[in-house]
Amino acid sequence: MAHVLLIEDDVSVRDGMELVLRRHGYGVDTAATGEEALALLAGEHGARVELAVLDLMLPGMDGFEVCRRIRARSATLPVIMLTARGDDADIVTGLEAGADDYVVKPVTAPVLKARIRAALRRAEPSARQEPDTDLAGLVIDRAGLTVTRNGVPVPLPPTELRLLLELSASPGRVLSREQLLESVWDHGFLGDSRLVDAAVGRLRAKIEHVPSKPRFIQTVRGFGYRFGPL
Amino acid sequence: MKRTRENRDRPRGRPRRFVGGLRTRLVVTFVLVALVSAVTATTLAYREARTAVLRRTQDTAVHDLRERTTAVAADFDLPPDQRSLARFAAQVSDGLGARIVVARYRDLAATSDRYADTSGRITAELRAAVRTGDDARFQRVTWRSEPYLVVGMPVTYADGDRRTSGLEVYAITDLRAERDDTAALLASVRAGTVPVVLLAAVLALLAAGTVLRPVRKLGRATRALAGGHLGSRVAVRGHDELADLARTFNETADALQASDAELREQEAKARRFVADVSHELRTPLAAMTMVATVLEEDADQLPPDAARAARTVGAETARLARLVEDLMEISRFDAKAVRLNAAETDLAGTVRASLALRGWTDRVEAHLPEGLRAVVDRRRIDVIVANLVGNALRHGAPPVVVTLAADGAWVTLEVADHGPGLPPEARERVFDRFYKADAARTRGAADAGGQGSGLGTAIALENARLHGGTIDVAGAAEGAEGAGRGAVFTLRLPLRRADEEDEGEAAE
Repeated sequence: MAHVLLIEDDVSVRDGMELVLRRHGYGVDTAATGEEALALLAGEHGARVELAVLDLMLPGMDGFEVCRRIRARSATLPVIMLTARGDDADIVTGLEAGADDYVVKPVTAPVLKARIRAALRRAEPSARQEPDTDLAGLVIDRAGLTVTRNGVPVPLPPTELRLLLELSASPGRVLSREQLLESVWDHGFLGDSRLVDAAVGRLRAKIEHVPSKPRFIQTVRGFGYRFGPL
Repeated sequence: MKRTRENRDRPRGRPRRFVGGLRTRLVVTFVLVALVSAVTATTLAYREARTAVLRRTQDTAVHDLRERTTAVAADFDLPPDQRSLARFAAQVSDGLGARIVVARYRDLAATSDRYADTSGRITAELRAAVRTGDDARFQRVTWRSEPYLVVGMPVTYADGDRRTSGLEVYAITDLRAERDDTAALLASVRAGTVPVVLLAAVLALLAAGTVLRPVRKLGRATRALAGGHLGSRVAVRGHDELADLARTFNETADALQASDAELREQEAKARRFVADVSHELRTPLAAMTMVATVLEEDADQLPPDAARAARTVGAETARLARLVEDLMEISRFDAKAVRLNAAETDLAGTVRASLALRGWTDRVEAHLPEGLRAVVDRRRIDVIVANLVGNALRHGAPPVVVTLAADGAWVTLEVADHGPGLPPEARERVFDRFYKADAARTRGAADAGGQGSGLGTAIALENARLHGGTIDVAGAAEGAEGAGRGAVFTLRLPLRRADEEDEGEAAE
């Protein structure tokens, strides 16, 4: 079973989550602060962590900063934010910091488990059948699950990689945010479409030549996103 | 980025009044005052001038006649005959210029100008006065609509007893020149009145300006104040009553601003308190929600009492979590910290998903025409649908009918049940917070069996308003179509399409 790192300052919440996840077979490491979590990831056991659940309200270094540092250290570790408020600004900032998904406290055990499962599924390599993409210097190798731009590898977090694979699998076809939420995030119909917008934004920053004038991933107003055509 | 739908209350200028306005009243008053002054002064001056002119003419006429008569009468023998009397009249007239002289003696009368008709001008009145008096008399007469001065005097003997000799002399003086003089005077005065009145009007306008400009500024400032610009002030100039008024206005605005700031402060404090309390509750709730799951999962292995307790703890924890969630949401609305995360959405699909998510698909009769798309926040629409349908299922009687329809620039979603409906007093208060009729509200949670937080309808209404829409509630509808229906809740949303609205893109 997968190994999860819980970063949460409140001891009862941390214990509750740890209890629930352990009962369902997950391995759990816990950290009460961001600094502690980063030290743990850098330590000898750091490599076994497959997913981080990160509270945004932390003493000392705040969750956004922790998220950015985790991203800087490991491009591929899925991060689920735990936000103590459904406030829009928090969610948007957290997604921009590189989180793959978010849940709002108090979260029920079934919801937390479902989100963790979905995030881990995105991280699992699953080779696709479609032909590789080689377009204007952007190469997507579907078997090896690697992306290079002008010959330089672009490391992508699992959510962004899955989103790119999903979009590039059918070039020229418009995919709605709802479709993408379902196919990439495993969220139901009522998922938050800002997850898609934020992931697209992060993806553009990495693969587009001019992120403000996207060529690969184009916005189709009122409908969703489309890969190409150039 | 989103277009803000704020309606700034610009203080609008009002149309300038012309009738009944201060400006008009001032002008009218000034002009009237000027007219009355001018007319009064002119009348007095005219009368004075006319009197002076006439008196001078009279005095001259009387004096000349007396002089001339005295000179001529010295060599005149009484009694006269017709010839000598005519000569006498002619001689008197010769020294008087162009005046007609009439001399009378008893029944004889002679005129210096034989063609002149004198009888109309020398009245019986004057003749009687001359005959009985011993000095010159005069009378102004109008003959053939021309003015004349007639002077008459008896000729007396020069020796001591001043007996009248029976000889009377009359001189008729033409007054046309004098009349023309005074008429010219009047005309020039009349001509002068028009510029005076115009000048008065101009002065009135200037005066009105000096009064009206500060008044108008004050009016603008007042309207701005009423429009919510509490920083609105006016400049105070001088020490007159208007300056006092401006000062008073500024003081009032200061006080208003201060108390408004205080109220806002208190309100913000209260809001922060609610938000903080909800916030603080979330952490223990997060822990409880987690461990309650463990209790519920293991309830089957517990003794019956403990199992019941474990399930109750689970259910109540969920309810408390919902209540806190709703409190947070309401305090966000109160703090205006809500954003519409809108995108063009298929409405039928959204409603269907809301029903499916809560397992209500089979319990609700849905009429959802395809192809209706509008720019909405899907999550918020879901909250509204869950609330309205949840209420209908819990408090109304089946069948619950959900009908989606387009209506011009609006889209309506009607949720009707076939229960007893809502009494009027409940209809008015059904959107109040924590209103507990027998219709307790539900926040459309996945388990619609639980109690609502009491904030569900309030939140639904706020969400509708955030879209620029409304929710109305009606009782049993009349008519064949809807007879027997219970409460009918109708959500109305503006039917906006994506091209009318920038879509919210994640910042890049």
